[in-house]
Amino acid sequence: MAGIAGYGAFIPRRRITTEEIARQWGKDPGTIQRGLMLKEKSVPGFDEDTITISVAAGRAALARAGVSPSRVGAVYIGSESHPYAVKPSGTVVAEALGIGPEVHVADFEFACKAGTEAMFVALALVESGRVDYALAVGADTSQGAPDDALEYSASAGGAAFLFGRDDPLVEVVDTISFTTDTPDFWRREGEFYPRHGGRFTGEPAYFKHVTEATTRILDKTGLKPEDFRFVVFHMPNGKFPLSVGKSLGFTREQIDPGWVVPTMGNTYSGSSPTGLAAVLDVADPDDLILITSFGSGAGSDSFVLRATGLLPQRRGLAPSVRSMLDGPRRYVTYGEYAKYREKIIVND
Amino acid sequence: MPSPRYWREIPSRYRLEATRCGDCGRVSYPPRRICPECRSTDGETIELSHEGRVLTYTVVHVPPDDFLMEAPYALAVVETPEGARMMVQVADCDPASVEAGMMVALEFRLIRREGKGGILCYGYKAVPAYPMGGEAEAELRSKESEVAHA
Ligand SMILES: [Zn+2]
Repeated sequence: MAGIAGYGAFIPRRRITTEEIARQWGKDPGTIQRGLMLKEKSVPGFDEDTITISVAAGRAALARAGVSPSRVGAVYIGSESHPYAVKPSGTVVAEALGIGPEVHVADFEFACKAGTEAMFVALALVESGRVDYALAVGADTSQGAPDDALEYSASAGGAAFLFGRDDPLVEVVDTISFTTDTPDFWRREGEFYPRHGGRFTGEPAYFKHVTEATTRILDKTGLKPEDFRFVVFHMPNGKFPLSVGKSLGFTREQIDPGWVVPTMGNTYSGSSPTGLAAVLDVADPDDLILITSFGSGAGSDSFVLRATGLLPQRRGLAPSVRSMLDGPRRYVTYGEYAKYREKIIVND
Repeated sequence: MPSPRYWREIPSRYRLEATRCGDCGRVSYPPRRICPECRSTDGETIELSHEGRVLTYTVVHVPPDDFLMEAPYALAVVETPEGARMMVQVADCDPASVEAGMMVALEFRLIRREGKGGILCYGYKAVPAYPMGGEAEAELRSKESEVAHA
């Protein structure tokens, strides 16, 4: 059965606290922290972008798989912050990882769902037998407009999954996609910051699509929430995944190991994939895992996964998500953050 | 105009490809067709480890224009376990904390942008060798102090 042969994640080491951002705009930090359930978020340096995060995560995935880069037949990078408007991120990533030149490369975009979108296609290509291995990455260094609710959450990071047929660490039991046209969040060409429909981003967008995809994959597989050891939902803030999880009948014990958002922020295309990587860092053989992403515009992808006996043997070959979230990190002021995120206008 | 030199150097810039001399064993980075040690042309391409040790360093306070927003930053000569040496920026730390003997990891980063609308140039930077935690960290710290006191 096809599955995940290797996985890896990367989270930049700079952080800004919710309190620091709230203070900048004269908001009450406590109210915002409680409302969004966010403590801090990762901040990329000048030298970090979707490409560099994808390379770091991809290297870790190849290391855990123990697969030669020359056997990888496809590289798909899902992001809404590809560094170039025209020129693929995937060519740099493939070349840096020693993959190709006989390789199919594409960049994917679908707001926060581009990562699972890349995973979906990579899996299908492996299942069809067209390639031996396919690498899928979800990574972002997204920006929220200053003083917008998104500024507290938009962060940087990502995860990579190498799909293959032989010796998977995790088997893919089933997948489903649920998509409708819903204008909840967008950015027009040439605009610097995205815009969103405020409260419209909740019920008709996030909750509808995550609920539909999850319910449908449970129906399709005949599984019940209690059959799963872990569940990961897209994490635009701390609250949404907990609310949708509760309404679908999942417990905090199932949600918490992959609920990385309070100290990572929302890494957009990297959000649910990084949550999944955090779950794979702790899962035991035969554990069932459910992941449902969400991308504005809008759609959700669900995957039902089962850990194999190889997972515990391989995960020590690369750093865990927890070690990156809780490990050495540098806190920046709002001023430094504005500089790093190039919100300050300077002369050429 | 994208730099043809940058494109030619992609194997060494993106994958740390180096040459190991088949006669004297010297490792050259970037790769050389003729060994600078023994003039041999019998070299094999190897990929350097993504780790190393700081031999010496300096802190740049007045940088070239492309690096204006990054100053002050540390620039170090790093030696990999294969014996290759390279000059790299040291990122993700206070430049004042960089010292000779420090263990570093080499990470793929955006090095510079060719002006406002030009291409993006990627390569490697050193970062303090952030360990995986626990025993690995303790081991690394003791190795670091051994080197520092050697
Ligand atoms: Zn020689």
